This record gives sequence, C-alpha cells and structure tokens, in this order.
Amino acid sequence: MTATTSSTARQTMTIARGINSGLRAAMEKDPKVLLMGEDIGKLGGVFRVTEGLQKDFGEDRVIDTPLAEAGIVGTAIGMALRGYRPVIEIQFDGFVYPAFDHIVSQVAKMRARSLGAVTLPLVIRIPVGGGIGAVEHHSESNEAYFTHTAGLRVVCCANAEDAYWMIQQAIETDDPVIFYEPKRRYWDKGEVDTSAPQRGLYESRIVKEGSDLTLLAYGPMVKTCLQAAQVAEEEGRSLEVIDLRSLSPLDLPALIGSTQRTGRVVIVHEAPTFGGLGGEIAARLTESCFYHLEAPIMRVGGYNVPYPPSRLEEDFLPDLDRVLDTVDKSLSY
Amino acid sequence: MSDTPVDFDAPQNNAGAAARPPRATDPLAAINASPAVGDGGADMVQLLTPEGQRVPNATYDPIIGALTDDELRGFYRDLVLIRRVDTEATALQRQGELGIWASLLGQEAAQVGAGRALRPQDYAFPSYREHGVAWCRGVDPMNLLGLFRGVNHGGWDPHEKNFHLYTIVIGAQALHATGYAMAIQRDGDVGTDDPDRDAAVISFFGDGATSQGDVNEALVFAGVNHAPVVFFCQNNQWAISVPNEKQIPSPLYQRSSGFGFPGVRVDGNDILAVYAVSKTALDHARSGQGPTFIEAFTYRMGAHTTSDDPTKYRVSAEVEVWKHRDPIERFKAWLVREGIANRTFFDQVEAEADELAASVRKRCLAMEDPEPTAMFDHVYVEEHPLIEAEREQLRTYLASFEGSH
Repeated sequence: MTATTSSTARQTMTIARGINSGLRAAMEKDPKVLLMGEDIGKLGGVFRVTEGLQKDFGEDRVIDTPLAEAGIVGTAIGMALRGYRPVIEIQFDGFVYPAFDHIVSQVAKMRARSLGAVTLPLVIRIPVGGGIGAVEHHSESNEAYFTHTAGLRVVCCANAEDAYWMIQQAIETDDPVIFYEPKRRYWDKGEVDTSAPQRGLYESRIVKEGSDLTLLAYGPMVKTCLQAAQVAEEEGRSLEVIDLRSLSPLDLPALIGSTQRTGRVVIVHEAPTFGGLGGEIAARLTESCFYHLEAPIMRVGGYNVPYPPSRLEEDFLPDLDRVLDTVDKSLSY
Repeated sequence: MSDTPVDFDAPQNNAGAAARPPRATDPLAAINASPAVGDGGADMVQLLTPEGQRVPNATYDPIIGALTDDELRGFYRDLVLIRRVDTEATALQRQGELGIWASLLGQEAAQVGAGRALRPQDYAFPSYREHGVAWCRGVDPMNLLGLFRGVNHGGWDPHEKNFHLYTIVIGAQALHATGYAMAIQRDGDVGTDDPDRDAAVISFFGDGATSQGDVNEALVFAGVNHAPVVFFCQNNQWAISVPNEKQIPSPLYQRSSGFGFPGVRVDGNDILAVYAVSKTALDHARSGQGPTFIEAFTYRMGAHTTSDDPTKYRVSAEVEVWKHRDPIERFKAWLVREGIANRTFFDQVEAEADELAASVRKRCLAMEDPEPTAMFDHVYVEEHPLIEAEREQLRTYLASFEGSH
C-alpha cells in the first residue's frame, strides 16, 4: 500500500459517525444486511447513528419498525431464518427488556435447539450507560444479563476506530452479538484507520501500559480509567489500562498476563457491582493468578440501587476520584 | 366513521366469551351454559356436519371439488396415522419412555387440513402440539419424540422441510413467522403468479397465546407490512385449565379487523372446511394480498400434556359433547357416503397405523442418550474459549471415574 493511500485511510470521526460508517460499509458489502429499529429511517435514530442510511439503501433495508421491541427482535429472527443479517437498534438500554424473552429464549438458544442447523446472525445495538442527564430507563448498564446468557456474544466499543470496525466484525459474525455503544461518548472524536481492522472482535486492548496496577474497563469507563492513569502517573504510579472490548467471551489470557505483571487489579464499570461482570472477572483472575496477587481484586461500579434520578448520577457513576480512591486502597496492601 | 351510535347493549356474537353462566346445581344446566360446548355459531365455516353431511358453500365448494379421490383418501390416512402416533406417544410417556407428551387428540383435522394446504416453498412455524402439521411436512415423528424424551430440544433442520422447530414459549413463533414473511417480501417471492415461487408463511398457536403481547405485536407487524402470513389459531377451548371466557374478551376471528386484515372462524374438526379456508388464506398471502387470521374452532380432547389433570377443571360431559364432533368419524362417514373409500381402504389404513405405531415404539426405545459433552457442541458457530474450556473440564472430570467402581 502506498503512503498516499494509507494517509487517506486515516480519518477523524466521532464514535457515532464511526458506527454509521461501519454500518454503511457492511451494507455496501453484503446485500443481506438490513437495519431495523424505531425512528432509524428519516430521523436517523435518536442519536443519529443511522443518519442518511435509509436515503441511500431504501426503506426495505433500513426499516422504521412499529414501536415494539419484542416485535423488532422477534421479526428479525424470522428474517435471519431466511438468510438476512438484521442489525437492530434498541433506542435506549432500558427499553431492551420487552425484547428480553426473544433475545434470551430464542436468539441465544436457537442454534443449540437445532443442533447447529440454524444460525441467527443478528446484531443488537444498544446505546448504554449514564452521564447524559436523562430521565429514568435511559442510563442503564445491563450487560450482565446478556453475558450471563450462553449463545450470545457481547461486545462494547470505546473509541471511534473500534466503533467503525467492531460493528462490521459483529455483523460478519454468524453468532448473535449484543453490541453496546457508550452513549455519553458518542460525540468523542478519534482517528480511524479505515484500511484494515487492527485486531479481532474478541481481543482486549492495552490502552496504556503500566507496571503497578491494572485497570480493567470497557465502554464509557475506558476514558475515565485513562484519565485516572494519567493523574496517577503525575504522582509516580504506573497504571496499566485495558479496554476489554469483548465482554463475552472474555480475553482472559491477556487479562491474566497483565494481572501477573502488576499483581493488582481494579475493575471499573458503570453497572452495579453485585452480580456484575466485575465479580466474574475477579473470580476468574483469582483462580488463575492467586499467587501473583498483592491485593484483593477490587471493583468500582454503580451502587446497588435502581439508577438514580439524573441530579444524583454523578454520585452513582464511577469517576476519576472514585477510581483513584480504589487504586490507593489496592496499593496500600 | 359510521354515524351509527354504538349500541352497548346489543347482543354480541361471541361464542368465546359468553356471559358468566349462572351458578347451577344441575350439572346438565352447567354444561348447557358452558362456553366450551359452543358450536362455533353462524359465522363458522363448516362443510361437513358432525354427522358427515356435506354443507354446500359457494365460496369453498370449488376448492373441495378440485380435490381428487386419492387426495381425499390421503387426508383420511393422515388423520388416522397421526392420531395413532399420538396415542403411541402418550403410552410411551406413561411407560416412562418420554418425559412428557402434548397430545393433539381432537385437533387432527385442524392440523392436517392446514398442513395439506401448504406448498413445499411455504414455511410453517408451530407451537409444540403441531404433530399433524409436522406429519404433513414430512418431518419424522421421531424428531418430535426426541424432544419430549429429552435427548434434544428439537434438533431437526427446519430448512429441510420448511417446518420450524417447536416453540415452547407461548406465541413467540408468531413474530418469527411474520419476520420470515417480511423476508419473503424482500426476496420478491410474493405476487409473481409463479405457483412454484410465491410463498406464504403459516403460524400456529392456541387460544391462550392470543393473550400474549407477541401475538398481538405479530398482528401489528404483519398488518402494516402486508406480510404473506396466515395466523392459524387452534381454539381448543382450554389454555391448560383456563377456559375461553377468562381469556378471550371478543371473538378471536373478529380480532384481526383491528389490525387491518380479514379473519375467519372455521370448524376445526372439519378437515374439508379447514383445508378450503387455509388454502384460500394461503393463496391470498402468496398473491400479495396480505395476512389472514384463521380461528379453527376445535377441542382438546385430552389433557394439556401428560402432566395435566383436566378432571380438576372441566366436566366429562363436556368432553362427551365434543366426542360427537370427532374429526375422523365425520370425515369417514362422508367418504363412505360418497363412495370414495371402502372397507378395504379403511382396513389398510388401520394396518398401516399399527405398523407405524410399532415402528415409533421400537425407534423410541432405541433412542440413545447423547454423550454428556454434546451439550457444548452447538452453542456457538465460532470457537468460544469458555465453551472449549468447560467441555475439556467435563471430559477430564468424567475420565477421572474411568476404571473406578
């Protein structure tokens, strides 16, 4: 590849635009890819992630559905059974529950039920998390429901380049994928190399190398952890930050490697900690790295309450100070 | 909008939701007041009376007239054979060979009538009682028995016979069917006038399922998309122990009008009527005229499943009333009256049924449990590290017992 081509392949875009461009690329590549969701046509979705796609691909491929989440996922299953690859937009995290039965009882289990005869290559996109001052049901982090469900793959992008590539990789996957998008980071810009993906869909990424402690995060918390690591660095502490990217399966070999190097791990997610993904990661790392650990693996997460009214969300959500506070605790062992 | 004021006191033609019957000490009075012995009312399409008398019908007679004697005898054979498989499966459950069985007894005509109206390119989405439809699609009954024996969750390839896996979550398949029909539209396989290309979908569910959000959402999606799907509701009067009157606020066949497409009530124990109505609805769908809702008015003669005890919630006299409406007896009476079939034919079918039942029994007993690690085999298409690790974990654990007693 010439220098000219590779420079034109690097573009700056927001996470929202990254997903939009990724969807466009996937639709251009495979005529069986179609989008389904509420208000995704002319409006381009409430976050404008599908902006312009109906105009270019038509109403048969960018489908403004009736307002019924079970209906969207249920009919998408039928479309997938006839060879289509539907990409569903759930408008907000808290609105996925009406479709929960179809995701958990049908999408996740159809392949096992048919002894491998049927695959359902669906992607279910869910804008996730808080920090946008929204009303109830618009700020939840419900990934643990889906990581707990065998048959699903669950991924979460945290930057524009991953947004662009991971959505395409998810669409190409023959297994059903829950694709989380960090909604408060939709407008964060980043550089995207559109020539080729840098890594597989289920690989984690070391965002910042460090030697004293490992911060594990995904989605909106990657940025928070990176900021925490920068502050800690000024205080002479070297924190490694890993973006999980894939929540199911977990890239355990990479997480184990980092844990063995640093001996200390803090897991950060917006979701409430009890029964959350952090607990699962802590258990698995403890089983694999017991003699390498200098401190108990700790978690920073949402409190175990219903997501609070937005005036209180800053106290609920992990932030720079809470992450650093827990880092201090870990380092005090 | 109609200018006619709504008459809230007008009697409703509503066999599915009769006024609460008066509390009666006389059992016969209770039966007579029970909605579950209703005969379907005047709007119900019936081409054969329970006595096997042909009822003329200008709309549907040409469809019946086009059937050959061979096809008609084939219908009878289907009815008898699938009832025999069903009876054998119930017996196998009683003997501990199946974990549970959901009997179709009494619903044979509804299922075979609809099943035989399908073309190869059509697609059927069953609940878990559609053994008669499975039979018509050419699905080996052993596939059904495997599920109820617990050796798999279904396990057949639905694309082989265009017969989807049994769906146990009530009503979910109505949405899958609708989505499949929307895909047919996108493939352009509707309204081409090519009888080998135009395809329709049929979704089976029961009266209880009509309370589910999924079924109502399916009616919305089908209605707005004008999708080539037929909703085939077998109203067998009972959702386990709950009768129509507690489930269905207005007649089912009228419900589709609220979703913008036609509905029809058909005598579900009359195979000719079910075939004619289903064929009409499927043709309608294939030609691009959109969905139809069919309410097949029938009765679940047996228990909901082998785990159920219907004596706890319904009286035997009600079952007696429906015995006189048996789908096989009335069709047999008509075949005899018309001279389409004779004793030799009926004897042959009986012998074939006995043979089939023996084969089902033999093959059921021979069905082996899968290897324990088979549970890991089809969870994902692509390799998944957790699955691989746990498969190995179980294999190692099991191996640790080898040689020990």
